[in-house]
Amino acid sequence: MNKYFEIAGKKLKSRLFIGTGKLPTYKIIPNIVKQSGVQVLTVAVRRINPKTKIENVLDYIPKDIIIMVNTSGARNANEAVRIAEIGAELTNSNWIKIEIEADTRYLVPDNEETVKATKELVRKGFKVFPYITPDLITAKKLVDAGAVSVMPLGSFIGTNKGITARSLIEPMIKEINVPIIIDAGIGRPSHAADAMEMGAQAVLVNTSIAISKDPVKMSVAMSKAVIAGRIAYEIGILKEKEFAMPSSPLTNFLR
Amino acid sequence: MFSDIIGFETKQFKRIKKIINDIDISYNETDRLQIVKFLNFDVDIEKLALRSKELTDYFFGKTILLYTPLYISNYCINGCLYCGFSALNKIKRKKLSLNDVKKEIISIKEKGFDTILILTGEDRRNSSLEYILKVIEIAKKYFSEILIEIYPLEEYEYRKLVNNGITGVTLYQETYDKKFYDRIHKFGPKKNFNYRLDAVERAINAGVKEVNIGPLLGLNKNYDFDVYMTVIHGQYIQNNYPEVELAISYPRIQSSVSKIKTYPVKDIDFAKIIFITRLFLNRVGINISTREPQYMRDNLIGLGITKMSAEAKTTVGGHAKNFYDAKQFEINDNRNLVDIIKVLKLKNYRPEFTNWVKI
Repeated sequence: MNKYFEIAGKKLKSRLFIGTGKLPTYKIIPNIVKQSGVQVLTVAVRRINPKTKIENVLDYIPKDIIIMVNTSGARNANEAVRIAEIGAELTNSNWIKIEIEADTRYLVPDNEETVKATKELVRKGFKVFPYITPDLITAKKLVDAGAVSVMPLGSFIGTNKGITARSLIEPMIKEINVPIIIDAGIGRPSHAADAMEMGAQAVLVNTSIAISKDPVKMSVAMSKAVIAGRIAYEIGILKEKEFAMPSSPLTNFLR
Repeated sequence: MFSDIIGFETKQFKRIKKIINDIDISYNETDRLQIVKFLNFDVDIEKLALRSKELTDYFFGKTILLYTPLYISNYCINGCLYCGFSALNKIKRKKLSLNDVKKEIISIKEKGFDTILILTGEDRRNSSLEYILKVIEIAKKYFSEILIEIYPLEEYEYRKLVNNGITGVTLYQETYDKKFYDRIHKFGPKKNFNYRLDAVERAINAGVKEVNIGPLLGLNKNYDFDVYMTVIHGQYIQNNYPEVELAISYPRIQSSVSKIKTYPVKDIDFAKIIFITRLFLNRVGINISTREPQYMRDNLIGLGITKMSAEAKTTVGGHAKNFYDAKQFEINDNRNLVDIIKVLKLKNYRPEFTNWVKI
């Protein structure tokens, strides 16, 4: 396996990004980092809590970790830009995951507003990671706008269903020349491996680690699955076939 | 043998067919039938709790938002037969001076809160919108999130509050039974059922990010109707205003302050109501106040609730020092924030102090 992959000008070892929302306690973050080898953690600006001293997530994130600020809670591009600016100020990080959800029932990203926010934030010098409903055309617009990555959802957020949007994500992986990070829907290690086998550059996992009985161990499981999936992808994965194929060809006698 | 029951099953079929012919089955009726069924029949409460827990964990994670209420005035011109602050009650009326407001707010802030719910009675003379705006002006210097629970307003008035920094509006309809509502609200502007009912939508149109609705359980003899309507009201808000975060509270009435007969909702039914709400409104915030005793609050953590108030005082003021004795209702959980956080941690839940950033 290639030792590093490059994203937003950084060389990273770990292709697993972990979200800090929903965690039962922030105290386990250092252990998650240590055990899983994760290098990027996402933090929602609305959870940073600058005005209170109790349970500030930033106090628990090791110094060498890259913080990806996410704009959840934003309902349009303007709010996302504003939240990103606040987040960058609080965290000293310029990695921004744009998350604009205008429908609290499904929590689906608003692709149109996301493109707008991407343009604006790129202009302001941020490294922009837009989270979208998988769509090739939107992804192309985001790349044109200067996004350093595109993050399609694998399934609705929090559903643990795996990559149900597979056929929409596949052409993105093929056509888009920035890293594709599959975000949302990764419910079990096999889903994370699946994302890697498909050729995604990384995955972002939150719910299934955060609410598992042992988030630290689950982060390790996810991390190992990501490595397994990536190794297999780099070697080349054999195609599935409709019919059984004998290991020893039946027609050898004809040659 | 099946021949013993075939007659009964035939009758059942005919009855069901009559019911589905009587109601408009085309519009998501299965949900409605289910809600009524769950509310009225013995259900496996353990199973419901499990499902509610599962859904809540998925959508909210291992977190509970903590906030505290601040009563700024108990002047009220409404004649509500069940409320401690009713104009029918001869209590000492008090409104906090802006100086006292500041003291209260600083005292709340020092405890560690970052979300505050500001409450008043309905009295536009003694507790005017201008006064409330001034209170918000002070509060926003200290808190990330300001919610209000005041009398219903016009849309342009809500807009003023939104522009001044509030994020949410709490407004309880008390009961969705219009006739009954009219009987228990003797006089005052609150008598206007529709004006109150539609206020949350005016607030949404004015730009609030979250609304909190709910009935006062125990007022109406049949709680099933009010819970049913709350869920339907919630679904209506989610479907029509999907950008808004919705929360629901189920305050249980305390008979000690009520002037009319109350119908206390049993603990098991209260829990069931929370679970059912989670089942039909997966992503809704569910709020539990300090009206509820410690054992209910602690045991419901993780089973459906997502927000808890703490260190509430239902007297006007009372955070910095005790001002006056008149209470809107009795507090049944007097623990301080530190103790509540301890319980959350013990249960492997993480306290959160705000849901929004000010932008």
